[in-house]
Amino acid sequence: MTTVILLTATGLGLAALYFLVASGLSLIFGLMDVLNFAHGAFVSVGGYVGWTVADHLSGTIGLFGALLAGIAAGAAIAAGTELAVIRPLYGRPLDQVLATVGLGLAIPALLQAIWGADSRTWLVPGWLAGTVDIAGARVPSVRFLLIGIAVALLVGLRLLLGRTRAGLIVRAGVEDRAMVTALGIDVRRANSAVFALGGAAAGLAGVLYGLYQGSVSPGDGTSLLIFAFVVVVLGGAGSITGTALAAVAVGLVQQYADYASASLGDESVVILLAAVLLLRRRNLQGRPA
Amino acid sequence: MSRVAKLWRTHWLRALIVFALLYFLPYSTLSIPGVFDGPLDAPGVLQLLAVCLVFAGLAISYDLLFGHTGVMSFGHGIFVTGGMYVTTILVNHAGYALLPSAAIALVVSLAASLILGGVALRVGGIGFAMVTLAFGQAVSILVISGSPQLTGGEQGQTLNGSAVPAALDGVRNTANLYWIALAYLVVCALAVWGLAASTPGRVMRAIHENERRVEVLGLNPYLFKLLAFALAAVLAAGGGIIYLLLLGGATPSVSTSNFTLSLLVMVVLGGAGRRWGAIVGGLVYGYASQSLTRLSGASAISGLPGVLRGPLQQPLFLLGAAFVLIVFFAPGGLAGRFGAKTITDEYRGGLRS
Amino acid sequence: MSLLEVSDVRVSLGGSAILHGVTFDVADSGVTALLGRNGVGKTTTAKAILGLHASSGSIRFDGRELIGLPTYAIARLGIGYVPEDRGVFSALTVAENLRLAEPRGRGSAAYDRVYELFPVLRQRATQAAGTLSGGEQQMLAIGRILLRPNRLLVVDEPTKGLSPKVAAEVARALKEVARTVPILLIEQNLGVVRTMAGRAVVLDTGRVAHRAENTRDLLADPALTNQLLGVSTANGVSP
Repeated sequence: MTTVILLTATGLGLAALYFLVASGLSLIFGLMDVLNFAHGAFVSVGGYVGWTVADHLSGTIGLFGALLAGIAAGAAIAAGTELAVIRPLYGRPLDQVLATVGLGLAIPALLQAIWGADSRTWLVPGWLAGTVDIAGARVPSVRFLLIGIAVALLVGLRLLLGRTRAGLIVRAGVEDRAMVTALGIDVRRANSAVFALGGAAAGLAGVLYGLYQGSVSPGDGTSLLIFAFVVVVLGGAGSITGTALAAVAVGLVQQYADYASASLGDESVVILLAAVLLLRRRNLQGRPA
Repeated sequence: MSRVAKLWRTHWLRALIVFALLYFLPYSTLSIPGVFDGPLDAPGVLQLLAVCLVFAGLAISYDLLFGHTGVMSFGHGIFVTGGMYVTTILVNHAGYALLPSAAIALVVSLAASLILGGVALRVGGIGFAMVTLAFGQAVSILVISGSPQLTGGEQGQTLNGSAVPAALDGVRNTANLYWIALAYLVVCALAVWGLAASTPGRVMRAIHENERRVEVLGLNPYLFKLLAFALAAVLAAGGGIIYLLLLGGATPSVSTSNFTLSLLVMVVLGGAGRRWGAIVGGLVYGYASQSLTRLSGASAISGLPGVLRGPLQQPLFLLGAAFVLIVFFAPGGLAGRFGAKTITDEYRGGLRS
Repeated sequence: MSLLEVSDVRVSLGGSAILHGVTFDVADSGVTALLGRNGVGKTTTAKAILGLHASSGSIRFDGRELIGLPTYAIARLGIGYVPEDRGVFSALTVAENLRLAEPRGRGSAAYDRVYELFPVLRQRATQAAGTLSGGEQQMLAIGRILLRPNRLLVVDEPTKGLSPKVAAEVARALKEVARTVPILLIEQNLGVVRTMAGRAVVLDTGRVAHRAENTRDLLADPALTNQLLGVSTANGVSP
């Protein structure tokens, strides 16, 4: 029983990370048709900036400072990317993807140049470093922080999408961007907002991943990115609920499969992806193929 | 002379000249200081050039998918890995001779490509890209941590020296390895150019331009894409085998997503869909990636203030930044900058469907 | 007086040329019908006007060149678009669809007018637009665009796939709208065209094949109608 609880808790913790990264990716892809290969770099930027703040301030203040700094850094670099790289290439979707590939290689290398290739240890504040006892299982507290923040993001995003005009534009744009422009709405502002929001969530994920692992390294974002892509494909582009469910599925499958046999975890995710794509006779947007 | 015949003549003549030059290169004692560490016939230089040639062949195989048929695969490294590792494992652990092992590796890679392609191509562009990415990741993990005794894990595995024929063994035979690499490049070039001139190749170009129209014509794009995928995979596996011979062992670096991305970079750098584009890109990238330590130590860079020096000494930073610049300022790649047309444009007006 | 002047517009899609130089005018009142067989380029023309396809040539709206402008800017100049596939956002509710179109600070008078024309929209306000019937979706598409300050409406096959009764309802509503806003109407249903249209422009393989000052005269000539549109107009029923 304790194993089940531990596996589930870890799986949900990973799911939280995947959701944080994938939610932004999903909206960006759904609205802008851009496969943002630089998204992993946003995660790493958030992680390193957050780490630097935590390193200087230390303790619980450092933690909160890191969270805020990570969010801000992620949002900033994402906004900058959208403005300088994505927007000028409007109408050239393949070139946009290729440019993000280039950024996805260059930015982590830049981080490596600044902070070094070795991972930096993240000293988690005492109250967070412990475990919580659930029915005999000792679950690391960090897991709950991850899950809590992810749930908060999920609720926040649903409110944003469901109750605001900006959210209305994004929901409509994910379905039919051309029609939105035909209604006189300049979708580019929604594009920038979605990119920045995605970057903020990614930066946040970077900080939390650092806490989760107890360290940051330049390749962190990239390893999360691949799983985030799988989650986006499974959950359906532009659907926040779908992304959340897919993240949970991937996180749990990965943990349970890993328990059955080491390294089976990642392969099982791949098999899950292939199986779902084959069985699902719809295109990515959820409409019949 | 008809347009097609003219195309044929200029093109094949040019190819003949280039390959002949490359063939005679190891006989030359020409020295190009700054570019190469020694005269052209020095083993170190030949080794570097041989790797460039293999990369060029790999790049062509990738361009067949990406530039020609319009299929963006992130799993091309899987087949390079297959060629490299299956051969190594059979030689080292099962005691087979080199040639049979290589042959089996090619067959295994072909089978794997039919399975992976068969499954992945059933879904549209983005789904396909993601499936190949995910499978590539799975293979990489398999190679690195799956069964280290078999694969050599993170370190890779040297190829059993006794299995390598004497003609390829040893530093003084580097020229032979160079010629084998050249032979590989020529095979790839002929295969892809030949396919481009054939009817299936024409269909693949049409799929790239407008898949729906191909469907409307009653053809099944899925089968042609699968054909391209399989052929590209076999060529890639061949490249993996040649690369294995050049390095003397298997390395897990070919299984990483970065390696497949570097193939994409080679193609875009050189010019996607252009006859010589991928070759140029492979050669340039091969040279740059192997000479980076030398280039980054160059006085021009080490003299810069730390803020600039740090990033410039990171190969991936240079690569990524160059990539972004290419996309912005030279979307047709190097070949495009020099006026090379895409193969589609070459044939347009010559071979009407 | 011409509100919209289309001159020598050429559009290529996916490597093939669709429009080979289309030239016609749309007057600033009444309905101008854009007719032609399937596949001649009517929808492509509509999309070119809205900037949804890259085109060469010239499209002047009230003297202002449209080619090169982004679609949202063209829409803001007062051109309202009801596409062939209706363009209704199926995941959004009817009310949300309407709200999306409504520019800031527009009073409820516009809403009143829309609900007057299409009472069903008020009934189904909280329903997801994807669950509406074809006719209701068409009404939503039209009603939605009417919330905007339009100086010209481009409407693409509004009665396509609708039962005769519902098609008549939609046609009636459009006729009512046409009293205050000029419409460029693409239609294959000649019965609808006959009741609504003033002028007609007929396309054939990407070019203008015929212009008629009075649509009724065109439709009254069976030989001409058959040649241009490939239908008999014996009782005005669509092909």
